[in-house]
Amino acid sequence: MDLLTFNPNGIYCSQADLYIDPWRPVERALITHGHSDHARYGHKHYLCTETAAPVIRHRLGDIKLQTIPFGKKVTVNGVDFSFHPAGHILGSAQIRVAYKGEVWVASGDYKLEQDGLAEAFEPIPCHSFITESTFGLPVYTWQDQESIFEEINDWWRQCQAAGKVAVLSGYSLGKAQRILRGLDPSLGPIFTHTAVENINRIIRQQGYDLPVTQQVRPEMKKPDFVGGIVVAPPAALNSPWIKRFQPHSLGIASGWMRLRGARRRRAADRGFVLSDHADWPDLNKAIAATGASRVFVTHGYTSIFSKWLNEQGYDAQVVETRFEGELNEINESTQAAEKSE
Amino acid sequence: MKEFAQLFRQLDQTTKINLKVESLAAYFEQVSDRDKLWTIAILSHRRPSRTVKTSLLRQWAAELSQIPLWLFEESYHIVGDLAETIASILPPADRENEYSLTYWIDYIKGLKNLPEEEQREYLLDAWGMMDHAERFVFNKLITGGFRMGVSQKLMVRALSKYTKVDENKLTHRLMGHWDPGEDDFQELIFSENPADDLSKPYPFYLAYALEGEPEALGAIEEWQAERKWDGIRGQLIVRGGELFVWSRGEELVTDKFPEYQALLGALPDGTVIDGEILPYKDGKILSFNLLQTRIGRKNLSKKILSTAPVAVMAYDLLEFGGEDLRERPLSERRQLLEQLMASEDLPSVFMLSDCLQVKNWDELRQARAESRNFQSEGLMLKRKNSPYRVGRKKGDWWKWKVDPLTIDAVMIYAQRGHGRRANLYTDYTFAVWEGEQLVPFAKAYSGLTDAEIRRVDAFVKRNTKERFGPVRSVKPELVFELAFEGINKSSRHKSGVALRFPRILRWREDKPTEEANTLDDLKALLKLYGNDQND
Repeated sequence: MDLLTFNPNGIYCSQADLYIDPWRPVERALITHGHSDHARYGHKHYLCTETAAPVIRHRLGDIKLQTIPFGKKVTVNGVDFSFHPAGHILGSAQIRVAYKGEVWVASGDYKLEQDGLAEAFEPIPCHSFITESTFGLPVYTWQDQESIFEEINDWWRQCQAAGKVAVLSGYSLGKAQRILRGLDPSLGPIFTHTAVENINRIIRQQGYDLPVTQQVRPEMKKPDFVGGIVVAPPAALNSPWIKRFQPHSLGIASGWMRLRGARRRRAADRGFVLSDHADWPDLNKAIAATGASRVFVTHGYTSIFSKWLNEQGYDAQVVETRFEGELNEINESTQAAEKSE
Repeated sequence: MKEFAQLFRQLDQTTKINLKVESLAAYFEQVSDRDKLWTIAILSHRRPSRTVKTSLLRQWAAELSQIPLWLFEESYHIVGDLAETIASILPPADRENEYSLTYWIDYIKGLKNLPEEEQREYLLDAWGMMDHAERFVFNKLITGGFRMGVSQKLMVRALSKYTKVDENKLTHRLMGHWDPGEDDFQELIFSENPADDLSKPYPFYLAYALEGEPEALGAIEEWQAERKWDGIRGQLIVRGGELFVWSRGEELVTDKFPEYQALLGALPDGTVIDGEILPYKDGKILSFNLLQTRIGRKNLSKKILSTAPVAVMAYDLLEFGGEDLRERPLSERRQLLEQLMASEDLPSVFMLSDCLQVKNWDELRQARAESRNFQSEGLMLKRKNSPYRVGRKKGDWWKWKVDPLTIDAVMIYAQRGHGRRANLYTDYTFAVWEGEQLVPFAKAYSGLTDAEIRRVDAFVKRNTKERFGPVRSVKPELVFELAFEGINKSSRHKSGVALRFPRILRWREDKPTEEANTLDDLKALLKLYGNDQND
């Protein structure tokens, strides 16, 4: 029996009788991070990192939540668990599971590039590694974030020159704050959607720096937004909420914007390739750094990526997620970007 | 080429016509005359022939990226565009370049007939000095099929904005034969005498579909009604003792239709006819399918000339005695055309599209209902006092097509789309019942809204039975109403029928699969409307 197994509830450790990021209500859940496809309602007991906790509390309300510092070990029925930075968003963790000398790591979502908010990704040596594969195709390669922020700020300037409000979409948790830190506040006022501002407030309370933002309020009028940029979650782009900014230019910040087809389908004016997930080279780099011989591939281009890993000498296999193995592809086509909302 | 890559990005990033025109006009300001001509050529589908096999491009791109070919192919399926896939997987460039669009086009042309090993060296060298955007357009120039979201009309509008030359004049000057690598921009664009080129056709006047009832057009006496023939719209030009045949796609197709050489002595010099190229034999118009069998061929065999001979159905007279008649009213042009046709020396391949003699709109309605009996798609309505305009314009010409045939069918296969729809399952294969079996009979993709496509796409991904590369067989649960223009017998299809212009009319979410139509229903339509001569 493997130390970690996959059942309809999620990733399960039978020796300790607990789950990692379970989809269905269970007794005890270890949570890698606060995005809604990982931190779900209905579990009896939750455990997550200290920095991930405030957002999870905000989103899930009155839950029984314990926190643990990064790197600290907790032992359940002989199994050692510890949380290590995944670099995806603030507080996001990979979970290391060790029992009688066998080590597994469930990575959750991760990225290697440091964004200044999320704790920097640490490679954790293990025998078996559970990896995401959201962007597990060689066409997905990112440029460094500085050049992307430069593009975004240039676009903001162009919008100002054309008398338009720049409206930029990104997940309200993680992506939005990363964007805010990349904006040049000297250019003009920065506005936020309520969903984004709620998260901002929590993150500021945790002691992190974000530029000054103004929450968009119903009483605000068109002239208030002149020369400004608005950061909003993807769902807001399809709602009447956005009409107040006309004339505006729509930008989307997402790894999916790497593909021209995806960019055009969203009918956005600009796509910025900025992702909180590892690109193809970094996925490969991260897996190699663990020294793992077995790799379990989940969330994304699972079958293609595991075939590739097998050719590279790993013992790799696909883990079906609850949407029949194509969570990400379905999400993508029905606007993946909304998943965190 | 940086400017061109930048132009492409600007055009690709907006759907707003005015922004596109502005970007193009600004681009024309920036670049050399030669680059302008190449850009115009690319935007009007005149591009150099392919010099490198795409199979080699794929292979070399995969090698350079150190990925196996299967992974390249999988990526290509998901991206949906070869040029973009290659641009995206290659390792980053280590140099930059300041070469022009023309430089790179000549570079690509120069690859022709080189040994494969040398082609490879040249390509790797080029890719090594280009960023993603440059690589993408460079690859597009090699692979062809470059859609930049700019119609010819829009390009002409931008060029007119930049040159201050009237749009109609520009359209005419850009018709026909010119070589972006040889011709002079100033001469081509500003020359007052485009008829210097004997072969130069006039821009075609195109009709919009009639919306609503024809009564709204006013008195029927002001209108000329003809049958809408189902062939290839063409222009026949007799000038300087030569005959030229142009298709609507602005292709010179003289060689494809040797039958028309008989017109050379028969039509006076300085004559231009607008008409329809039709398959025609023993006094009968044949099906369009038959014409298709000969269009694609390089060599016209005796056999094909005898099984699929063509005639031309004349619609309009654009030039007579070397004089451009387009500004004269249709009634006058028609009179001249009829006089011309009255000549006894005309060969039998030359026919006149008759005007329907009707007293009121109801009689015309009746005539329209009989269209399929004449192998015709419906009617054309043309205002008698109208000039021959340029391009698609509303008001004076209307096509009034017959209602399409329809059938309810079950989706059984789905395939990923391309371009904007890459990564979405948008192309479907449909089947009808034969007993307990579903027999595939048509493929269709257009007709659904984006929201519907997303829902069907999600269905496909959750209800896949088997995968065959980019194609999936799915549970037969969705029923769609398909519309099509015609139906013919076919031995190449399992169902025994081939549809003309099948497309999705609506998603029948109210219909259970058992209520979809049967193969017998299709055969009944074939019997009613099919054309026996065909295959």
